[in-house]
Amino acid sequence: MFSLEGITTSVQDWLFMKFNPTMALAMECVIVILLSISLFAILGLVLVLMERKVAAHIQIRLGPNRVGPGGMFQTVADTLKLIMKEGLVPDMADKFLFNLAPFVVMMVGMLLLAPIAFAKNFQIWDINIGVLYISSVSSLSVIGILMAGWASNNKYSLLGAMRSGAQIVSYELSAGFAVLTIVVLTGSLQLSDIIKAQENGWWIFKGHIPALIAFVLYIIAVTAETNRAPFDLAEAESELTAGFHTEYSGMRFALFFLAEYINIFIVCAIGATLFFGGWMPLHIGHWESFNHIMDYIPSSVWFMGKTFFLIFLIMWFRWTFPRLRVDQLLNLEWKYLLPISLFNLLLVAIIAILGWHF
Amino acid sequence: MYNQTEIIKDTSELGAEGELVINMGPQHPATHGVLHLVVTLNGETIKKIEPHLGYIHRSIEKMCESLTYRQFIYVTSRMDYLSSHINNLGCALLVEKGMQIEVPDRAKYIRVILSELTRIASHELWLGAMAMDLGAFTPFFYAFREREMITDIMEDTCGARLTMNYIVPGGLMYDIHPDFQKKVKAFITQFKSKVTEYEDLVTNNVIFQSRTKGVGILSAEDAISYGCTGPVARASGVSCDIRKIYPYEVYDKVEFDEVIETAGDSFARYIVRVKEMNQSIRIIEQLIDNIPEGDFVGKTKNVLKLPKGEFYTRVETARGEFGVYVVSEGGTTPHRIKFRSPGFSNLSALNHISVGSKIGDLMASMGTLDLVIPDIDR
Amino acid sequence: MFLKEYLSDVAKGVSSLLKGMRKTGYYFTHPKEIITEQYPDNRATLLMSERFKGEVVMPHDANNEHACTGCTACELACPNGTIKVVTKFEVSPEGKKKKAIDALVYRLELCTMCNLCIVACPSDAIKMAPNFEHSVFDRTKLTKILNKPGSKIREGIE
Repeated sequence: MFSLEGITTSVQDWLFMKFNPTMALAMECVIVILLSISLFAILGLVLVLMERKVAAHIQIRLGPNRVGPGGMFQTVADTLKLIMKEGLVPDMADKFLFNLAPFVVMMVGMLLLAPIAFAKNFQIWDINIGVLYISSVSSLSVIGILMAGWASNNKYSLLGAMRSGAQIVSYELSAGFAVLTIVVLTGSLQLSDIIKAQENGWWIFKGHIPALIAFVLYIIAVTAETNRAPFDLAEAESELTAGFHTEYSGMRFALFFLAEYINIFIVCAIGATLFFGGWMPLHIGHWESFNHIMDYIPSSVWFMGKTFFLIFLIMWFRWTFPRLRVDQLLNLEWKYLLPISLFNLLLVAIIAILGWHF
Repeated sequence: MYNQTEIIKDTSELGAEGELVINMGPQHPATHGVLHLVVTLNGETIKKIEPHLGYIHRSIEKMCESLTYRQFIYVTSRMDYLSSHINNLGCALLVEKGMQIEVPDRAKYIRVILSELTRIASHELWLGAMAMDLGAFTPFFYAFREREMITDIMEDTCGARLTMNYIVPGGLMYDIHPDFQKKVKAFITQFKSKVTEYEDLVTNNVIFQSRTKGVGILSAEDAISYGCTGPVARASGVSCDIRKIYPYEVYDKVEFDEVIETAGDSFARYIVRVKEMNQSIRIIEQLIDNIPEGDFVGKTKNVLKLPKGEFYTRVETARGEFGVYVVSEGGTTPHRIKFRSPGFSNLSALNHISVGSKIGDLMASMGTLDLVIPDIDR
Repeated sequence: MFLKEYLSDVAKGVSSLLKGMRKTGYYFTHPKEIITEQYPDNRATLLMSERFKGEVVMPHDANNEHACTGCTACELACPNGTIKVVTKFEVSPEGKKKKAIDALVYRLELCTMCNLCIVACPSDAIKMAPNFEHSVFDRTKLTKILNKPGSKIREGIE
């Protein structure tokens, strides 16, 4: 059946046959860079359109349906519009930081693409501290946001950026604890080990109660980390401050906008990997016949399906719930999510030691 | 190295140290209409709110001095455009009271049914807009689906969807559409089945409750002293429903409860309006099957002239007490007319209920005051 | 005790959120509930209500005759001067001079669709038509003359 690893191995063999090893390696790097940039571009287009269509159907209306069949090219039109807009730099803004901030946020997204396994044997970099790498690199996005708020020379932007920074830093704790639950169950930080351990069932089924609680905490925490509703006070339109990207217009704003959707994709991909098995098809214990049937569906389809299901879940949250005030947001984290995640960690440690999981 | 120190250029407007004066400008997604609020903040706490009005002042009261008593009713539709039938009813009642015109029963029943339908439509729009202010974008569309049924009924009978000029001194301009009763009954059935939707999505939602409970508390004495009427005062425990205290038309013949809550916060104002919608449905149900046959308009002279003197009528719109006050010199046009708008008095309480709270609470308080700015500015 | 209250708070909150999600999830999975009318595409089947106040017209019958006597009741009833009646004197076959209507100038850009002119007309000469597509590029096109050229009043109307 169709599998991506076949393509990569054949390309790699051909390259090493044709050129000397250093040259082949350099060409491979270039190919990977091109692929990840194009993945970003396509994902941005698809996710923005998906958000608008999901929002429309929840709100009993149709959504974009004029530009292209079913509205497929709406985002292309939007991107063209944003490119043609004038990119203003405010008067006394810090030009270097102002221009750098969107790129920092994008760069964090691209760095996080490295350890994610899109299909079987289709990972850019299978580092042995995969989970630790993901947690630490995702914390760097706060720097980009604070840079944007500070460099805008606008008191409202600074307020919004500070609030956003506080929110992201707090919710990283809960996200980290939720991820640790799976690490405790697996016993390894390496992403390919985690996926292989889910060969006889996904962790959300095998690690029953603690894994379910960890999944719920993880989803709430990453919704807050990516500044999505109901935690989007920092960028809400009907509040006073439009947040850290008030002063951005044109292409720079497009980069922030894109970076937000890429972040959603990445955290959902990580959640799918940890809790739902990544590219591993649905296997139940050792029912060989069932597992064999499930194996027919290519692993990349499994991975994308799970990720997009989680993305849909996050979008569902946005269009259902009102917004939380900033003190309620931090209250939720420090008084509710953190104690529950600590307790959950204790629970999963006991269960792992006693072997009470499947 | 970086020149980032002084951001506020105009220091003459700054009060004490660390205070900030910002404009929630006339163009803003959250102020319903063109309301300009000058908010003095200290950090995140509000110190003072000053509404600047007049962006949509159209000198309606002056215009009415040159319109006859049949012609001046259409402008009141444009004041509080969400309760247009009720405003028209207030003006028509004043002319009938002044000239002792007899209104047939059929007209009275239909007028009350139209008023209650307008009240429901206004509360539906308010619910959607307030949920949208707080960040929940979906109840807006569900509320508008119900409101669309009401505007369809209005379009069939009165010919217009928002500014219906259908109630005239003496009764109605023409008879109702033959499908009127059937459509109203269909609407009642649909509304009753969808009421649980609002409860699920908004009322029982823990996020919504924590954003509106305890926010913007208005005590009963303050409500009376600021002159607040309507759901704003009823949520603070003041009993002020004109339909109960000074009943007009057939309100003394129908059974309905006056909804009163005592908490006085934004959640109480929300609950009062939602319950009022249910009471309006109850009124319509009692009246829709019993519309008496007969004329739809009483006998009036061709040219209406109010006798010399002063006249005042009051009706209960969706926002509160709407009063029409006319000083007449005996001619065909009023000498001076004054509209007592409910929004103006409700807005005056905004400063009192917001001082000391945070900006996020301002949205909740302002949303539940249900302000329609053309009503305030006239 | 505190723990029980804490846990019941959390449980109540989570269940209220899930109930809300079920409602929106229902609407997402039932696209038949969409009530959007795709306007320019459905003009062939669009049903306007017959009483809709779109613009004032003067109906003419098959012989190009109308019912307007030129009494200017509509002009007096209009609150903001939208209608202006221009009359002329017509000589009837017996030689009597009678007032007749020359042009009924109706300015659509000023009309508030209040219906007072229609109610005031004693001979039912004007009525409201339900068409609503009035956009033009040139404002002078909005000043319409309601009686068609060459038309005259029907017999038997005073």
